[in-house]
Amino acid sequence: MAKQKGYKKSSALGEFFRRATKSFSSKLGVFLLLFIVLACVIGPFLSPYGVNDVDLFNMYAGPSKEHLLGCDSMGRDMLTRLLYGGRYSLALGICASLFGAALGIIIGSIGGYFGGVTETVIMRFMDVWSALPGTMLCILVSNAMGSGFFATVIALTVGGIPGTVRMIRGQILSERSKEYIEAAQSINCSSPVIMFKHLLPNVIQPVIVTTTMGIGSTMIMAAGLSYIGLGIQPPNPEWGAMLTEGRTYIRTNPHLLLVPGIAIALTVFAINLMGDGVRDALDPKLRD
Amino acid sequence: MSRYILKRILGMIVILWCAGLVIFTLTYLVPGDPASLLLGKEASQETIEIKRHVMGLDKSFLGQLGSYMYNTFVRLDFGESWVFSSSVISELGVRLPRTLIVGLAAMVLNVVFGTLLGIFAGTHEGRWQDSLVMIIAMVFVSAPDFFVALLMILLFSLKLNWLPAYGIDSWKCYVMPILASSFGGIAINARQARSSMLEVIRADFVTTARSKGQKEGIIVRKHMLPNAMMPIITGVGGGLAGVIAGSPVIETVFSIPGVGAYLLSGVNQHDYPVVRACVIFFALFASIAVLIMDLCYAFLDPRIKAQYSKGKKVK
Repeated sequence: MAKQKGYKKSSALGEFFRRATKSFSSKLGVFLLLFIVLACVIGPFLSPYGVNDVDLFNMYAGPSKEHLLGCDSMGRDMLTRLLYGGRYSLALGICASLFGAALGIIIGSIGGYFGGVTETVIMRFMDVWSALPGTMLCILVSNAMGSGFFATVIALTVGGIPGTVRMIRGQILSERSKEYIEAAQSINCSSPVIMFKHLLPNVIQPVIVTTTMGIGSTMIMAAGLSYIGLGIQPPNPEWGAMLTEGRTYIRTNPHLLLVPGIAIALTVFAINLMGDGVRDALDPKLRD
Repeated sequence: MSRYILKRILGMIVILWCAGLVIFTLTYLVPGDPASLLLGKEASQETIEIKRHVMGLDKSFLGQLGSYMYNTFVRLDFGESWVFSSSVISELGVRLPRTLIVGLAAMVLNVVFGTLLGIFAGTHEGRWQDSLVMIIAMVFVSAPDFFVALLMILLFSLKLNWLPAYGIDSWKCYVMPILASSFGGIAINARQARSSMLEVIRADFVTTARSKGQKEGIIVRKHMLPNAMMPIITGVGGGLAGVIAGSPVIETVFSIPGVGAYLLSGVNQHDYPVVRACVIFFALFASIAVLIMDLCYAFLDPRIKAQYSKGKKVK
């Protein structure tokens, strides 16, 4: 390939990253999130304490040089538990959002692309599905499936699917009569190839934005589930479960409550800042 | 217009009917036999069998589903709680006002403060007022509502001793639940209102109004707001459903015996008539919220109105 002078080399992905991190707040979000993720992945290995090391001399200890964030009701080091539990919380949020987006995209693509009876059936089904508020569905499914990690991911996923399906289908409606689809059909591309190779890249942008934003609200919902006694439960060091454990000591040792709560809020804050950046980057109106 | 409303209400009934089907199936699929869980480990096999028969659990899935749907939607009978043997509907009647007070008050705060803050931020775009409002909104979007609620208890009940931390004995008890469940919604509405204000703030008709010397306040009220209203209404409708659906968590934090707490006690004790009735109530509430929202659209958006008045003329 001959090099063109005077043009800056830029790939679509590089361009996306450049635009997504243009503003100060989205840069802050990305760095904060990277920091939290790295801390949660590496932190527990560096800590001198184990996650479940009981130290009865340090029950309810406040922050000190040995225990930076103090200790809980069994003298377990809070920082270690926080970082270890962050893996659960982040994994829950990310897995549930991605899984929900994937299911929504598949169902929505099928409905939007095939049209006709398939579309009507799927969309009416989605109407019923979304008549039950997301939180209710989440509670019911979590109750039906138990409190494992995977069960909680499913419970957190179900509420958001109708929204994604509607969004994808709505986008496909405006794309499916375009020439490139007809061209693909005329060279005998199979339906899955058209749906996921040709159509998807043109309709996926709003889903990327809502999925990024959704990770934060999914983490909040996961914590809420733990709080009302469903989802992941103490003594697992998931943030919501730690918060649930800490509320018993709200009068005497509020740091047991504050530490996991602030961790959730800070992480969701970082994700939302990043989500705003992603939204601005994909907004055609803001393109230069 | 009445044809549109009628069509929407019919649709709502069908949706609720299907929602009942889904709820029944979901609770049916929960592992464990409610009768033996209810009677405890000591109960003999025969007692369990009799209990199963009384509860109607010995019938097939379709038989149970049929009698449930018939009782709920034809006779409007929600049955009796398995655990307390009391009528579910009368219990709901006692608990409903408590949940609605919190939900509706939080929703009014959402609309008023959310929209006002959003307009304020939008009209001061790029200045410090805008940044301040948006940073605060972002913080409240990110903090879980029950964590905010716990922090409020920590501050106002335990440190300052101003408000009771739980119960429903006086109006004071409702202050914190209402505030705690409205902050998130206010923040979301403010963000939504701001971005829809920014959509119209550079529109040509605003420039025209400015160039003819119109006062800034009138431009905002008469020209910008009506055009920015649609996405705001969507946010409000979603917020209403969200506040009511979030009630299990908030009611747990403040120990309010409302519908949300009733649902959770039903879930924890395998008391499925209670669970089903509560979820039907939440679904009903959510669909009423969507209906009101759509009617507002139809009322405010001349295009939808025209569509239906044209339809009348053709007939």
